[in-house]
Amino acid sequence: MTLGNQDRPATGSPSPAGTPTSEPIKAIKLRHPWRIAIAAVLILLLIWFLIDASQREAYGWPNVGKYIFDRRISAAALVTLQLTVYSMIIGVVLGLILAVMRLSPNPVVKSVAWLYLWIFRGTPVYVQLVFWGLFSLIYPKIFLGVPWTDWGVNFDLGFMQNAFIIAIIGLALNEAAYMAEIVRAGLLSVDAGQEEAATALGMSWGQTMTRIVIPQSMRVIIPPTGNEVISMLKTTSLVAAIPLTTDLYGVARDISATTFTPIPLLIVASIWYLLFTSILMVGQYFLEKRFSRGVSARRPDRGEPALVTGALPAAGAPGGNDLGGKG
Amino acid sequence: MSDTILGDRGAAAATTTPMVLAEGVSKSFGSNEVLKSISLSVNQGEVLCIVGPSGSGKSTFLRCINHLERVDAGRLSVDGQLVGYRQHGDKLYELKPKEASKQRREIGMVFQRFNLFPHMTALENVMEAPIRVKGIPRSQAAVRAQELLARVGLGNKADHYPAHLSGGQQQRVAIARALAMDPKLMLFDEPTSALDPELVGEVLDVMKELAASGMTMIVVTHEMGFAREVADELVFMDGGVVVESGDPREVLANPQHQRTQAFLSKVL
Repeated sequence: MTLGNQDRPATGSPSPAGTPTSEPIKAIKLRHPWRIAIAAVLILLLIWFLIDASQREAYGWPNVGKYIFDRRISAAALVTLQLTVYSMIIGVVLGLILAVMRLSPNPVVKSVAWLYLWIFRGTPVYVQLVFWGLFSLIYPKIFLGVPWTDWGVNFDLGFMQNAFIIAIIGLALNEAAYMAEIVRAGLLSVDAGQEEAATALGMSWGQTMTRIVIPQSMRVIIPPTGNEVISMLKTTSLVAAIPLTTDLYGVARDISATTFTPIPLLIVASIWYLLFTSILMVGQYFLEKRFSRGVSARRPDRGEPALVTGALPAAGAPGGNDLGGKG
Repeated sequence: MSDTILGDRGAAAATTTPMVLAEGVSKSFGSNEVLKSISLSVNQGEVLCIVGPSGSGKSTFLRCINHLERVDAGRLSVDGQLVGYRQHGDKLYELKPKEASKQRREIGMVFQRFNLFPHMTALENVMEAPIRVKGIPRSQAAVRAQELLARVGLGNKADHYPAHLSGGQQQRVAIARALAMDPKLMLFDEPTSALDPELVGEVLDVMKELAASGMTMIVVTHEMGFAREVADELVFMDGGVVVESGDPREVLANPQHQRTQAFLSKVL
């Protein structure tokens, strides 16, 4: 090819309108030989590991196959899912309340929320679960009424002996503390001008929050909440502390205690956990898409949505939309 | 009323209550005194333009009028009603949030950065407050919103999200949104300052049309041409005080005060 000879160079001389546009660039793409080399090495290592693992007796692959669809295991997987869903729902609702409390101008309400967060984020969830398991020993029942008289109401706390309920309460109360911080970050990410505009239109504080601020904060709240759901799914394995043993990990352990095959059952449990987290990641992707409505054409994420622990998406950053801001 | 700087607008106006009456309005943020005893009045159907350098307290004054900011001293009333307070004898009582929002819905406000709700379409932006605040049925609010969008020249953009509108279009939607509450007073806080120069005209045209229709308006602006053409009164503020005021054509052509002269020589 002889560049520049066939016509005038594209730059410089102003070509009159209607002339054909300049030729598209056909450059040789930049190569990345090291990427390919490293990827090849990693793939080889993986293949090597898989071949080796398939031949190792300790993994007990026949047992993995035997127990993966065991009725007891799938029932336990359902319990794990229930624990996750129920405690997450309660955790999100409580977290929302706590977040709004922390942002409240009322110092009493603010302090209560702060105290809650201090206690529940400051102690390990395992310890909390042990504590809730012992709760009915400390408070067999609660009497609300006039002190030193018998006027009042007795609350029977018998339900606090049901390990499943204790597990949900324990997990939810701990989760609420973390959700509160996520929701608070979300609410703060919404431009102050939004609240101002709604206020100027005569909307009440409640309307402003539910119609304007909270829907916009969802974009910031959902990615870390997805992480929390995934994290919760795995944290349910700690309910052994209560003790509750009907969840996935608990049942897998129980079976292995009688069959003396701990490793295959650990693999079985891991496969089920992985299945659930994978489904959750897909669901999260679509939720994020839904709540990024109206925010230019930008995708809510770049690749792995669920794995960026705690990182806020670009939503909080300026430039996402130019609607906010008091000048 | 010796403080009142603006003159009467003829005998008829003098007998009626001014739409906005400020008497010695002061406001501080901490030790920073932003407004120092501002006194002025705006009659029904008048357009008042406030100009001045940034930090002169123009925006703060505007925000005081619909009680987005609390006034520290002086009296500020809109249509004869004290803003943010209720008077019983000598004592002032703070209004409950509900009462304050009732006052605000009579006052439309347009912001420099538009502050449209990005998760709603243009139509939904305009419909939101009438539905939630006034309890107007959805279908009725939609018809009215569509009319208002048509009025600001955006009848065909009703389904667009703010992110897909130009700055000028967004600001016109914001004006339609404020008008949807049928305000008796419109406040504009530098409505064209965040716009690309070629988009300023379309917003000013809507505002001119609004002024011609008899809307009472207070406009904080740097658009001297608009002030000259549309305003009944021009106020020049600097350092939290009203330095000079009067007929816009006179003030702009022949500023009396040195600070006004210095400011105008830079912007004109």
